[in-house]
Amino acid sequence: MFESDPTLTIAVVSKVYPMRSHTVSAEGGAAAVIKPNDSLEDHIYDTISGADWMCDQDAVEAFVNEAPKEMLQLEHWGCPWNREEDGTVAVRPFGGMKIQRTWYAADKTGFHMLHTLFQTSLKYDPIERFDEWFVTRLLVEDGRCQGVVAVELATGRIQPILGRSVILSTGGCGKIFPFTTNANIKNGDGMALAYRAGVPLKDMEFIQYHPTGLPFTGILITEASRAEGGILVNKDGYRYLQDYDLGTPHPKPVLRSMELGPRDRLSQAFVKEQEKGRTLEGEYGHYVHLDVRHLGEKIIDSRIPFVRELCLKYENIDPVKEMIPVRPVIHYVMGGVHTDIDSATPLGGLFAAGEVACVSINGANRLGSNSLTELLVFGARAGRSAAEFAKAHQGFTNGIESQVLDEENRLNTLLNSDGTEKVADIRSEMHETMESGAGIYRSRDTLEQSSQKIRELQERYSRVKVEDRSMTFNTELTSILELGYMLDVAETIIQSALQREESRGSHQRTDFPERDDDQFLSHSLAYREDDGSSRVDYLPVKITKWPPGERVYGEKK
Amino acid sequence: MASTITIEVSRYRPEEESEPVFQSYEVPLRSDWVILDGLNYIKNELDGSLSFRWSCRMGVCGSCGMMINGEPVLTCAAFLESYAPGPIRIEPLQHFPVVRDLVTDMEDFMGKLTTVKPWVVREEEKPVEEGEYKQTPEQLADFKRYSMCINCMLCYSACPVYGLEPEFTGPAAIALAQRYNLDSRDEGNDDRMEILSHDEGIWSCTLVGECSEVCPKDVDPAGAIQRYKLAGATSWWKSILLPWQK
Repeated sequence: MFESDPTLTIAVVSKVYPMRSHTVSAEGGAAAVIKPNDSLEDHIYDTISGADWMCDQDAVEAFVNEAPKEMLQLEHWGCPWNREEDGTVAVRPFGGMKIQRTWYAADKTGFHMLHTLFQTSLKYDPIERFDEWFVTRLLVEDGRCQGVVAVELATGRIQPILGRSVILSTGGCGKIFPFTTNANIKNGDGMALAYRAGVPLKDMEFIQYHPTGLPFTGILITEASRAEGGILVNKDGYRYLQDYDLGTPHPKPVLRSMELGPRDRLSQAFVKEQEKGRTLEGEYGHYVHLDVRHLGEKIIDSRIPFVRELCLKYENIDPVKEMIPVRPVIHYVMGGVHTDIDSATPLGGLFAAGEVACVSINGANRLGSNSLTELLVFGARAGRSAAEFAKAHQGFTNGIESQVLDEENRLNTLLNSDGTEKVADIRSEMHETMESGAGIYRSRDTLEQSSQKIRELQERYSRVKVEDRSMTFNTELTSILELGYMLDVAETIIQSALQREESRGSHQRTDFPERDDDQFLSHSLAYREDDGSSRVDYLPVKITKWPPGERVYGEKK
Repeated sequence: MASTITIEVSRYRPEEESEPVFQSYEVPLRSDWVILDGLNYIKNELDGSLSFRWSCRMGVCGSCGMMINGEPVLTCAAFLESYAPGPIRIEPLQHFPVVRDLVTDMEDFMGKLTTVKPWVVREEEKPVEEGEYKQTPEQLADFKRYSMCINCMLCYSACPVYGLEPEFTGPAAIALAQRYNLDSRDEGNDDRMEILSHDEGIWSCTLVGECSEVCPKDVDPAGAIQRYKLAGATSWWKSILLPWQK
């Protein structure tokens, strides 16, 4: 963008140093059509059917069409993609994809993408970074977003950072749940900021469980381990996925089948298997085994070295010799800040891209390796849209100053408050109620109980206890603010899940087990009401060429 | 059997203390807990005012490096049990100014990072429409190791030269410069040599190799520096003997 318009200046505001952002943890890969045996049409269809038809098809088309170019751009910037012998980019199979199209940098794809992007950004002087600044509020005046208020962590200084347009790229909210692959920083900050500014959150009921997380830590064992040939077995050593309409077992991995089925179906199969008493039980609940031993040390070390490193360092297990205990784990939220195909939210000057946003291309279930690509495609779109908006809106309106003062007062009052409720208690009770009420399977009863509980926690949160009154790197203050964000986002998840009386993709209602296209082929939009509750509205899903059909995995019947 | 272990944490709140003091906490000694879990137990259950950085808890974000009993360590990758019966002494990474408790100031490194030009430098950019730059698996292997750095700062803490000579560009940044130098897509070797050849630090590096010892990602910064010295010496001789070949 700087090359096209040198007058632009950009501030990157982040609560952690940019290379600490959670993209760094993404392992498996990023999908884009590059090989001659592949087609854009196939990637589009895999994405739409994987999403259980909840995505907007115009957005998916744009995503798939632009994906190769954005991925190549990253290649030109130096991303160390794995290669074929002839020097072209290598691809690997991935869950729910019919053709191999997932680019990868061993099993540290997100790490390499993030570091490549960050390092490349260092060559552009017009980018000013605000590292370790924590955003507490969007500044909205005259119907448009004109910046943020943020706390500089090192000094406690509270300051407005004005911008003629603002892009949210703060990621997801996995930390609302107890057992998650998400990093400590994933608290739905951007979602809550937008929601509080009147912007609706879309499709929040769709939360993805990844089928293979390590018990206790929630560390992700990448889908690439199954793509390379790893199998899932129950306590009897039986490949149980064959009992759940996911195909029949073969010695070698078969695309869109068995262990390479989509994440929602695999996680649901685990729960059914547990109900049949065929899982194993350990200190941290039920689990099954992921077996990669038959791949041998050489393949494991060359294709999924990080899996071995993680198992050895964090679980004291060597996957070359032992089976890996795994269970479904909260991984990704398909929903997010409502944006259009140009990454624009309904609020002027506010844009969003990545997991924080919901365009939507992921619908009711995201396919593995689509999200890293989504960052690139919709990040670029957000950048272009934001630049245009900034050029069309010069200057800032009066009235912002008083908002900044309000926010300073709010934060200072909080810092000096005399509450009694421990932040860790409220947080762990939130975890419990979200898992029991809004987990892999939900019902009206469980959701209503959670809804009540979240209300209670909101009330107790207003009396939260502050022990640390320092202005210097006060991580208790940030934990409290993050908990506030999570409680707001939790409310939208529960209300959107309550209203959706059907089962689709990752949203499974035991009291409404069927998909209901007549009533619910629509995105939910959760708006914040003045009393803090959520009002849920609907927006029809955009269908261009692919009418809703049945999701078929395994062999066609 | 001892069910708890003592953690002695260096506390420094500039508003309260003029210099760091140690504070002791008892935390459960669980076989699956790492030191970071112990710190979070303190933060959640015993003392909300303790400050430290952490995020991924899987050894890839690079946030949670600290001195454990005098050694730089990633606290998410170190089991409490390996330090039993304790006590475990935790301090902020050495050679950096301390902001608060276990939080260090890493602005110096962030500045140095930019000076080594950690990006692909090319005279001419190929349009994206023309596809990828070809790179064989062997060419990838040439630089892959140096691309694995998570910027955790353990190597700076371990480096005796950086401790004495803060101007030194330092292990991680030099390894990153090599990562791009050795990338077949890059043409910025001379630019970076220009910058690094003035670095007194490189020549003071005694190749003790402490940096490579503590690296949790096996990046081998010491090896990168060694290669730089060789390349630097070669280019110096060239400039003397063949000055027209600049």
